[in-house]
Amino acid sequence: MADHMVPPTPLEYAPAPESRSIVDLEPSYGLFIDGAFTDGTDGGTFKTVNPATEEVLAEVTEATPADVDLAVAAARRAFRSWSRMPGRERAKYLYRIARIIAERSRELAVLESLDNGKPIKESRDVDVPLVSQWFFYYAGWADKLSYAGAGPNPRPLGVAAQVIPWNFPLLMLSWKIAPALAAGNTVVLKPAETTPLTALLFAEICQQADLPPGVVNIVTGAGATGEALVSHPDVDKVAFTGSTDVGRSIARAVAGTEKKLTLELGGKAANIVFDDAPMDQAIEGIVSGIFFNQGHVCCAGSRLLVQENVYDEVMERLKRRMTTLRVGDPLDKNTDIGAINSREQLQRITALAEVGDAEGAERWSPPCELPSSGFWYAPTVFTGVTQAHRIAREEIFGPVLSVLTFRTPDEAIAKANNTPYGLSAGVWTEKGSRILAMADRLRAGVVWANTFNKFDPASPFGGYKESGYGREGGKQGLAAYLQEGEGQ
Amino acid sequence: MSRLDVRKTYKLYIGGAFPRSESGHTYEVLDTQGRFLANAAKASRKDARDAVGAARKAFGGWSSRTPYNRGQILYRVAEMIEGRHDQFTADVVAAEGLTKAQATKVVDAAIDRWVWYAGWADKLAQVTGNANQVAGPFFNLSSPEPTGVVAVVAPADDSLLGLVSVVAPAIVSGNTVVVVTSYDRPLPAITLSEVLATSDLPGGVVNVLTGDATELGPWLAGHLDVNALDLTGVDGAEVAADLEAEAAVNLKRVLRPSSPDWTAEPSLTRMTAFLETKTVWHPVGV
Repeated sequence: MADHMVPPTPLEYAPAPESRSIVDLEPSYGLFIDGAFTDGTDGGTFKTVNPATEEVLAEVTEATPADVDLAVAAARRAFRSWSRMPGRERAKYLYRIARIIAERSRELAVLESLDNGKPIKESRDVDVPLVSQWFFYYAGWADKLSYAGAGPNPRPLGVAAQVIPWNFPLLMLSWKIAPALAAGNTVVLKPAETTPLTALLFAEICQQADLPPGVVNIVTGAGATGEALVSHPDVDKVAFTGSTDVGRSIARAVAGTEKKLTLELGGKAANIVFDDAPMDQAIEGIVSGIFFNQGHVCCAGSRLLVQENVYDEVMERLKRRMTTLRVGDPLDKNTDIGAINSREQLQRITALAEVGDAEGAERWSPPCELPSSGFWYAPTVFTGVTQAHRIAREEIFGPVLSVLTFRTPDEAIAKANNTPYGLSAGVWTEKGSRILAMADRLRAGVVWANTFNKFDPASPFGGYKESGYGREGGKQGLAAYLQEGEGQ
Repeated sequence: MSRLDVRKTYKLYIGGAFPRSESGHTYEVLDTQGRFLANAAKASRKDARDAVGAARKAFGGWSSRTPYNRGQILYRVAEMIEGRHDQFTADVVAAEGLTKAQATKVVDAAIDRWVWYAGWADKLAQVTGNANQVAGPFFNLSSPEPTGVVAVVAPADDSLLGLVSVVAPAIVSGNTVVVVTSYDRPLPAITLSEVLATSDLPGGVVNVLTGDATELGPWLAGHLDVNALDLTGVDGAEVAADLEAEAAVNLKRVLRPSSPDWTAEPSLTRMTAFLETKTVWHPVGV
C-alpha cells in the first residue's frame, strides 16, 4: 500500500451528495391564487438564493396589497363550498395531498435543502415525512370535528391568513394549512421571503390533488406582504409563526377586530442535565437540542443547565462530540450542520455571539473548516455564562449554546423559568419522580424528558408567556380553527 | 330614641387585606334612584400594581394546591355566600334596582354558579387534556395549566352574577385574579370580598379593585407581570381595542368584551381562555 493511500480515519467521509437533478426549477414563479399561478399586479420580483452557495435559485413575485386582496377574495369565494362540503370529502382531498407529498418526498427534500440550507438528512428524514404525516393526521379529523372540543356543532372561522418562517418552510406550511383545511377554513399563506420555493411546489401539489380553486392561496413577499395579509379586513383568522417582536406587532394590528389569533413565537429553552442523567443520551440530546437545523429552531435547547458536580464530565464529552459534527454542503448526506439561512441571520448570530465575548463568556468551537462562499457558522458553545448575559436571555436562533450551572432542583427551576419565553424545556435524569416534579414546575408548553426536539402531528406544540398563544398539533391545534356553533 | 346603625367603610381587597386606596380617593355610590349608598374607595394605579404583586405572590401556592383542594375552597365560597344571602340580596336590590324577589334569584344563580365551577376543579384536566399517540416509542401527555395572573374587567350591569361568572372560572384552574368591579355598582363585589376573606381562599388569589376601569385598565393591560386580560366588562369598542393593543406588550391572552346571558349555563370557554396546554414527552423502553 502506497503511503498516500493511508486509510481515512473513521471520521472522514467521502462526499455523498444527493443529486439535485430531481428538482426542476423554473427561472421565475408567480403567485398561486384561485387555483392558478398568476403574475403579480405590478411585476415586482425578488430573488431567492441557495444559502450554501449564494447562487440565485429563482425569481419570485412580490405580492402587493392588491394581490393579497385577490387572494383573500378567492379564499372567501372558495370558503362557501369548502366549508359546506361534507367532512369526509374534505378529508379525501387532505389524504390525497398527504400521499402526493410522500410520492414527491425526495424532490421536496432536495428543494427544501437548496432553498433553506438545512442538511438533506434532516429535510429527507424529519421535515418532509412530518409534512406528509401532518396532512394525513388532520385529514382524519375533517369528518370528526364534533369531537374536537369546540362543542357539538363546531363551525370553521372563515378565511385564515397564515404567515410562516424560514426555518422549517414546508413543515410550518403543513402545521398551518392541514388543520385549517380539515376544519373547513380556506387559507392565504405567505411563506418567508428567503424560502418560498417549497410552498410554490406545494401549490402544484394542490393542483395535482384537484383541490378546489381558492381553498389554498400562496402569496410570496416580504414583511409588507405579510402585513397586508394579516391586516386585511376580510380575514377571520390570523396564524403566525416567527419572532416575538413581529408577533407583538401582529397582536396590536389584530386588536379591536373580530379576528382570532394564534402565535408561535420565540424561545430560550433550558435543557437541564442532572448528575444522574443517562449521560450518552443526554449528550446526544444537548447536541441535537441546539445544533439541529443549525439552531434555527424556536424551541432549541439554547440554555444548557448542568448540575455542578457533573459539569466537567458533561463539558468534556460535549466538546468531544462536537468535534465530530460535520459542517458543510447541505446536499451531502453526511452533513450534520448546513448553511445559515441568510446573510442577515448570519449577521445577527455573529453580533450576538460577539456580545457574549464582550460580556466575558468563554467561547469554544471545534476545529472546522467552513466553505468559502455561502453563509456559515461553526457550532459554538459559551461557558461561564450568567443569567445576566444577553446570550442567556435573547434568542440567538443559531448554532450557539450557552452553558450555566446549578446545584439543586429549585435552582434549576428558578433559572429555567427566568425568561420571558416559555416554549419548551428539557430534563435529563433517570429519577422518575424528579422528572414529574420538574415537568410540573417548568413554565413551558413542551417538556422533553430524556429526549429533545421531538415533533408529531398528534402532539400539541406551543408556548407560555411571550412564546405566543394557541397550540399547533393534536386536537388543540384543530380547535384553533373552529368556533362553537349554535345548537346541540 | 331609635338606634343609629353602624355603617360600613367600603374598601379594596388586596392580598387578603382590606386597605383604603393609597390615593385617599373615594367616589359616591348611588342606587338606581340616585340616592346615596356609600363612598367607595377609588383604586389608583398604585393600588392596581399592589394588587398585581399580591396576585403574583399568591400564584405559586394556589396553582400548586391539589385541584380537589381548590374545589373544596370554591365550594366553601358558595357556602359563605349562602350564609350571607340576605345581605347579598339587599346589595343587589340597591345596586341594580331589582325587586327583592328578582334579586333573590340573582343571588341564587350566583351561588349555583360558584358550585358549578367548584366542581370543575378536578375535572378540567380530564376534559381538556389528553394522551397523544405519537408515531414513536414515547409517552406523551397534554395537560392544562393555569396561565398566571389574570386581570379582569367585570361586567358593569350584572354586579354580582356577572362578577361571579368571570372570577370563578379564572381561579378554579389555579390562576390568580385582579378584578376591577362595576364602577357604578361596586357594593356586591365588596361584600363578595368579605366572603372570600373568610372562605379559606388564600390572600391574593382574588384582589378586588373598586374604581374606574378606563383609568385602571391601561396600567393592568401594560403590566408585564399580568399574563392575561379579560375585557368582558369594558364599555366601548375603542377602549377595548386600545387595551388589547396595550396587552400585546407581553403577549397577554385577551378575552374580548362580550355581554352574554349570565343566567345561562356557561360553556368551558371562560376556563379554557386562561389555560395553557403543557405537553410532556418521555421515551418508552426497558
